[in-house]
Amino acid sequence: METGNKLQRNAFALAVISGCVLIILLAQFKVINLYIQSVIMFMGINIMISTSLNLVNGNMGEFSCGHAAFLCVGAYVSSITSVLIMAPNDITGAPFLPPELAVLVFPISVFVGGVVAALAGILVALPSFKTRGDYLAIITIAVNYMVISGIENLSVVGGPRGFMGMKKVVKSMYELADIPWMMIFVALGTIFCVLIIRRYVSSTYGKGVNAICQDEIAAEIMSVNTNKVKLVTFMLSSGLCGMAGGLFAHVVGYVNPQSFNILKSTEAMVMVYLGGMGSLSGAVISAVFFTFLLELLRPLQILKWVIIPFTLVLLMQFRPEGIMGNKELTDVFPKLRKYCRFK
Amino acid sequence: MSLLKVEHMTQNFGGLQAVSDFNIELQGGELVALIGPNGAGKTTIFNLVSGFYTPTEGSIRVNGKDTRGMRPHQVTALGVSRTFQNIRLWKDMHVLDNIRVAQHYRMGYSIWDAFARTRNYMGREKEIDRISWKLLEAMNLKEYAYEVPPNLPYGLQRRVEIARAMSIQPQLLLLDEPAAGLNSRDVEELIELVRWIHDTFHISIWMIEHQMKVVMSLCSWIKVIDFGQTIAEGTPEEIQNHPQVIKAYLGDDTI
Repeated sequence: METGNKLQRNAFALAVISGCVLIILLAQFKVINLYIQSVIMFMGINIMISTSLNLVNGNMGEFSCGHAAFLCVGAYVSSITSVLIMAPNDITGAPFLPPELAVLVFPISVFVGGVVAALAGILVALPSFKTRGDYLAIITIAVNYMVISGIENLSVVGGPRGFMGMKKVVKSMYELADIPWMMIFVALGTIFCVLIIRRYVSSTYGKGVNAICQDEIAAEIMSVNTNKVKLVTFMLSSGLCGMAGGLFAHVVGYVNPQSFNILKSTEAMVMVYLGGMGSLSGAVISAVFFTFLLELLRPLQILKWVIIPFTLVLLMQFRPEGIMGNKELTDVFPKLRKYCRFK
Repeated sequence: MSLLKVEHMTQNFGGLQAVSDFNIELQGGELVALIGPNGAGKTTIFNLVSGFYTPTEGSIRVNGKDTRGMRPHQVTALGVSRTFQNIRLWKDMHVLDNIRVAQHYRMGYSIWDAFARTRNYMGREKEIDRISWKLLEAMNLKEYAYEVPPNLPYGLQRRVEIARAMSIQPQLLLLDEPAAGLNSRDVEELIELVRWIHDTFHISIWMIEHQMKVVMSLCSWIKVIDFGQTIAEGTPEEIQNHPQVIKAYLGDDTI
């Protein structure tokens, strides 16, 4: 009885894990080609981006328009870390460690990227103590431009030409063992990101975020340390986005500052508004859907940037609350509650 | 040591003196009212005591601690809780969560505990749950635990807001016009509720109220202010016949 219940309560988690294992096995045995593999990896990265932005825009009710800044910081820092340690380069010359250790160094570099991005999040968190809404939105845009322009002027990391060398690190992982490493790491990163956010927003600590969104003054009077909660939330959001950036940089194998401009931030925002503000499952669903949409419309080339914003116009007209509203999947289908443990 | 000691508190907004030389001392367990005409500075006094403003002059001590320089959540953690004139519940959170979040200052776990779901986290969350349910039951709100506030009638929303303030486990409860917008039956219930809270938890309650029925049937001491000045204080009987108070409310008979 007890074990049966336990199995049932964890059914959702088991389904997610077995789904990931299935996809990785399909990739391993070359059932799905490299193109589909990369689409699936982008899906995972987009899930990380949209869920982390949802924490700020959805749960906290702030309007961050510069999320790509943290993606950029994470991408550059983790690329630089892994390339300096693992690959021959202009700055430090020969690699420090033998290529066999790439499998260990890569996740560490992604984590370092996340930590530095979280520190960059302080740039937005500190002004948020005093400002809100539109004014903070302007600050986030400013931070986005600061980061991009800063990196464009750093010739050490390639400036506007971009930074590469990550392919070598990834290659040495594949030389160690021919399994879909990147797929595994993206899956782990995605699960980690969603799990952390889920745990955060379901704790009393994280519910303070919703309290700030709905009435900040009441939150402060009712003993919520609003400044601390804001700081933690911004750092968590930007840190997880930074990890997504680290994964992105290594999947693509090349980063340049302009790929993290305001257009990328807009993409992240579209995913959040498509999914529904403050809904974690909505953010995941819309990230998957949005990645599909981008790939489906690829034959249209540049015209897809007419159609995608147009869908946004339709969305705002006919379903402004997004796919899920502020509900979770378990609110829409209460039967699901049996299969996942949420509290 | 007194629970609350306010000495010579003065608050200026630019050239306007909203509160001048306000003094009060609460030992704990009193039921005190603060009354005065509109714009007299009553809510400003509550905002000062709950740490929302810092007084221009004078001092506020809660249990001997000077609250100058403290942020409102720190003052609340000292045991000063309040409600608002216009209900300020978190509208998208159900009643239970409203009660839970107000216990933020004694969560007793860090953010890392929440990420890792440590034993400490689980234990503390369970404790918060237990306290919340107990409070909801005591306040007769158990059946509304999973309702969001906008779905509740106004009288119940008031009750929820008072319950939220009580979940802080305060020693001093500030009620800012608790009877505003209530019908006569709700007012009766409110009087009962405040009296029950006072008798059960033995806390000090300090309220701003315009409805004399509430003030006269509950409070043992009344302070009257007008234009930021304390014009009278005393028992309900003394205040009712105080010439200054009559003048403040009804005006001078000299034209």
